Amino acid sequence: MDRKIYLDNASTTYVSQEVLNEMMPCFNVLYGNAGSIHSFGRTAMSIVDKARDRIREGINAQKSTEIYFTSGGTEADNLAILGVAHAYAEKGKHIITSQIEHHAVLNACKQLEKEGYEVTYLPVDKSGLVSLPDLLHSIRKDTILISIMSVNNEVGTIQNIKSIAKIAHDYGIFFHTDAVQAIGQVKIDVQDMEIDLLSLSAHKIHGPKGVGALYVKSGIKFEPITYGGNQERNMRSGTENVPGIAGLGKAVELATKNYIITNRKLKIIRDYFLEKLAEKVEYYQINGHPYQKSNAIVNISFYGIEGEALLMLLDLSGICVSTGSACTSKSLLPSHVLEAMHLPKDIAQGSIRFSFGTNISKADVDYVVEELAKAVAKLRAISPIQAGRI
Amino acid sequence: MYYNRYIMERFQYPTNAGGMHGANAIGEVVKDNCTDLTRLYLKINDKNVIENAKFKTFGCCASIVSADVTCDLVKGKTIEEALSISNQDVINIIGELPDKKAYCSVMAEETIQSAIDDFYKRKEKEAKKALKETNID
Repeated sequence: MDRKIYLDNASTTYVSQEVLNEMMPCFNVLYGNAGSIHSFGRTAMSIVDKARDRIREGINAQKSTEIYFTSGGTEADNLAILGVAHAYAEKGKHIITSQIEHHAVLNACKQLEKEGYEVTYLPVDKSGLVSLPDLLHSIRKDTILISIMSVNNEVGTIQNIKSIAKIAHDYGIFFHTDAVQAIGQVKIDVQDMEIDLLSLSAHKIHGPKGVGALYVKSGIKFEPITYGGNQERNMRSGTENVPGIAGLGKAVELATKNYIITNRKLKIIRDYFLEKLAEKVEYYQINGHPYQKSNAIVNISFYGIEGEALLMLLDLSGICVSTGSACTSKSLLPSHVLEAMHLPKDIAQGSIRFSFGTNISKADVDYVVEELAKAVAKLRAISPIQAGRI
Repeated sequence: MYYNRYIMERFQYPTNAGGMHGANAIGEVVKDNCTDLTRLYLKINDKNVIENAKFKTFGCCASIVSADVTCDLVKGKTIEEALSISNQDVINIIGELPDKKAYCSVMAEETIQSAIDDFYKRKEKEAKKALKETNID
């Protein structure tokens, strides 16, 4: 089977031609070190500055100097959480986050706990939403930072970011959001949404891997986590990844400019997929919020089936998806997101995430649903759990 | 590759998948850490030889293939021989499993034990029932 259909865009995406065009000259023509003061260096620096401007525009930051380039979303999250926590340790040592954050946030918080900080991990409801009353109840006098992701990467639920930011500011607390999955999916305006710190990554929006950025509103202190040649205004040392940064700038520009059209396309694809699925397959549930969610992500649990087996069968038909099943995770634990959403273990085991890109055609969706129906039937035939009884 | 070729091929076309009518020994093992569930159906004759074996699995490729191979291994064996089958015998046939997947083959071993326990329990029940009937007479 030669046909390949990639439905794992929430993991990573292909690099678009526009982004590639932006990056290519930086490898072998404009290859200067942005730290050098000769013409090669100055050209490289101007490329970096251009990317910074594009990101400022994309997220509507006030100044370009509020953008710090990093090696990706994980480093941006780490820098935000560890950086702010260390800088404001005297003010307090309490941080609030949610149970469904990406591990880049969760494990940075775990590290802070080792250092003597206290962290509240807010629960979520069945749809994956953080409840605002819960948030209000967990705020303490020594709370310095609230970090809640904008769009969840596994189920696509969109959080009430603006309200959360408002609450944070009412109590003089800084607000960070992991927007890695949100850029290009929802409108991000850091001034309007009162976001203090925001992490983003290039490879989720048709940019290259290994580059991301952190937005930090001017006036907020944070401490670096890398030490070296004092690049990025002392906050992120290490020679600038000029091709990557150029690609990130272009990717953010395209994603934020086209997000309305992209979303409309994705919604059509998603709705068509769900319509076809309802025709061909029985006994499944859609995880996540019914409407307050990203159009690109559909997380479905097929009853009576384990996700990894289904993933492998789909893979054999050339369809690439991912699963929240424990069998594929390194820890052999089921997805922490689905667990936090109180999904029973056997239902979480059968979860498959389809994340669409705009390059998917109706014929592709037809093929996917057809193969999916076959694979589901095949696995249900050998499953001791009867799907209809769940 | 994540799984070797043998596992990938066998996973697509398991030969012993499905339930069994008239099975007189049914074993079931659940792995709590990932809720994998395998059910083994055996048909054991009067001479304590396993005539047929089938399985049903809610689990990953490794669990499915391990259970399938276990069925092959126990067919034609006596109960004592079947009990001596270990997860290593399964691995010898299917080849190396990916990291942390070894428990899938252990599960296969445990289902044999569980099925044979079930067989003896049924026998005991039958014997008791027979005894009761003779007492009444």
